[in-house]
Amino acid sequence: MKSRNVVAALAIFAAGLALTQASAVAASAEKGKVAFLQHGCWQCHGYQGQGGITGPKLAPNPIPFEALSNFVRTTNRAMPPYREEILSNGDLADIYAYLDSIPKSPDPKSIPLLNP
Amino acid sequence: MPTRSPAQPRSALRPDIRMAAAETGTPKELAKATGPDGSDFMVDVIKTLDIAYVCSNPASSFRALHESLIDYGGNTKPEFITCTHEESSVAMGHGYFKVTGKPLMMLCHGTVGLQHATMAIYNAWCDRVPVICIGGNDIDAAHRAPGVPTFHSAQDINALVRDFTKWDDQPVSLQHFAQSMVRAYKIAMTPPHEPVMIALDLGLQQEPIKAHERESLYIPKYVPTAPAQADANAIREAARLLANAERPVIVADRAARTPAGVKLLVELAEALQAPVIDQGGRMNFPNSHYLKQNARGAALISNADVIIGLELSDYWATVNRFVDNGLDGVGVNETVIKPGTKLIGISSVGLVTKSNYQDFQRFQSLDVDMAGDAEASLPALIEAVKAAVPSDRKAALEKRGADLKKAWGEAHERTRAAAALAWDASPISTARLSMEIYAQIKDLDYSLVSSSGNVSGWPNRLWKMDKHHNWLGASGGYGVGYGAPAAIGAALGNRDTGGRFSVNIQSDGDLMYAPGVLWTAARHKIPILSVMHNNRGYHQEVMHVQRLANRRNRVAALGMDRSPIGTSIENPDIDYASLAKSMGYWSAGPIKDPAELGPTLKKAVEVVKSGQPALVDVWTQPR
Repeated sequence: MKSRNVVAALAIFAAGLALTQASAVAASAEKGKVAFLQHGCWQCHGYQGQGGITGPKLAPNPIPFEALSNFVRTTNRAMPPYREEILSNGDLADIYAYLDSIPKSPDPKSIPLLNP
Repeated sequence: MPTRSPAQPRSALRPDIRMAAAETGTPKELAKATGPDGSDFMVDVIKTLDIAYVCSNPASSFRALHESLIDYGGNTKPEFITCTHEESSVAMGHGYFKVTGKPLMMLCHGTVGLQHATMAIYNAWCDRVPVICIGGNDIDAAHRAPGVPTFHSAQDINALVRDFTKWDDQPVSLQHFAQSMVRAYKIAMTPPHEPVMIALDLGLQQEPIKAHERESLYIPKYVPTAPAQADANAIREAARLLANAERPVIVADRAARTPAGVKLLVELAEALQAPVIDQGGRMNFPNSHYLKQNARGAALISNADVIIGLELSDYWATVNRFVDNGLDGVGVNETVIKPGTKLIGISSVGLVTKSNYQDFQRFQSLDVDMAGDAEASLPALIEAVKAAVPSDRKAALEKRGADLKKAWGEAHERTRAAAALAWDASPISTARLSMEIYAQIKDLDYSLVSSSGNVSGWPNRLWKMDKHHNWLGASGGYGVGYGAPAAIGAALGNRDTGGRFSVNIQSDGDLMYAPGVLWTAARHKIPILSVMHNNRGYHQEVMHVQRLANRRNRVAALGMDRSPIGTSIENPDIDYASLAKSMGYWSAGPIKDPAELGPTLKKAVEVVKSGQPALVDVWTQPR
């Protein structure tokens, strides 16, 4: 489920947040999907992180983990911050793994309904 | 001391036997009178106003008018539409007006019925929509029936809605009624359109026309009032600013009251080659036109040097931003425009501003602020703009137009790419939902009669909307429960306007306020396709609770079923298809597999084309 991209991103994250490489490697897309629901990410971004009027697209091809993590922890914009006390580093890594596992969307040109 | 008349006992410290009996005994019946009935004359008055329907949940306090409408008036113009909730009655009139430009009448008990109706009246008030509301009330405490009818009477029923109606009255004679009814209609129909309220005494309805009135009663002629136009000097100054602007932006909310308003707005935008941001209170501007630039709205506003707002419900929020994320519990306010940006406004709403309810929004200072109806003022503004554009700026305007055309195309591609995300997801994405519907109706003369659920604006972004009736706007006051009845009222108007196809994207929470309106649609054979945006929650509130939990550094608790507490509509999951079927609808669902959606909608469209209402329940993504 994990791509090289997520492993590299998680390595950066691990350095920054004193996580071990082992815990980063253990990031689980399956657990991340559960955490994505449990922590309410789906509410504004959709169950597949597709985004909408209430929140931007998170997946597929999520932004680098470090950028996502920084934003989640410190945002003072429309999205309220998730501090570590309520969203652990492990859960955040799992959520990232879930987002990174979401397959690429079809080309809109290949969807007849989007080309009426 | 004069002799006391036995018929007129006077009060005294020690009442005599007659006085005591009068005060403690059963009142004698009124003297009988004969002649034409007062409520028949009321029907004569109502018929002069060419009102097509009266939406009503029946009540004893207007029984006389009810009987006159159906028996004396022949149940036509207006025809009685049976509603199961007064909120539905008003909202049906709300939707009907936005399609036809004509108001409906609603009848209700002046107390308990009006209490039900209030939220819908407030929505109409905020959305600048006329509804002629009439509440029955038995004023005469000495003669009205005791018990329930007295519980349902009040001194001043109109007080309940006076803060959000444009005018109200309580006529005390038939001539008074004739004048007040025509006046109420006239006031409601003068922009800004607003609801009005008449308290109708049951005694006045039931009593015969008095002898002295029989020869003198008359019905005033209704003559529409011309809408207020903006001041000519202010128009010239606005035109000068716009014509000389480098980066002008037009923002419209309820600017196009009629189809003519759309054409005028196109003419203004083309004369300036200026982008238009349509805030969607009405269908103001065709989304297939390259000057409609909603997708780049924030960037355009922040770079503008001149902005003109036309009938904006919230000018402040157009040029400022509120971020609901203040750690001290108070949101952050910040401007989004450059210093020195000139702000122009034309709005009729300031002409009817009241104090209590806050629909006037935050105060925003403007450089040129015109009180007047925007649509009525546009011809003068267009003429002034054309005269004010310097000849040496025409090439610059052409280039601006070319740049906007390119930007429109690029934005459209980005929108399609965004719609493709989660295309095959289950629950079904709101983009997929919207485009599956569009595939079935795009070749019809469709009218999106309501979009009570927030589907991320996909219809406005991807459906071709170039006619005024393609989009009707939202509720106005955001009172939930508007969507279903307003959609059915609009569908009634579309039915009578030559068979336009009515489609409604119906949210689950909205429908559950007063689902009985589905029966009204079936009963009166109102063709409408309702497609549920069933996200199984009061989703706005789901997000609010999450926001507060984060702000307080707490994990938002979930219920035993892992769904948000107090905001989810799950377990049991409501079977909307069965609900609709029980009220006479063709129905299907719940549909969770996106592949099943198209074929089911195709069947539903055929049902609606045959003149029946249909509902398709779809489990959707939250937004």
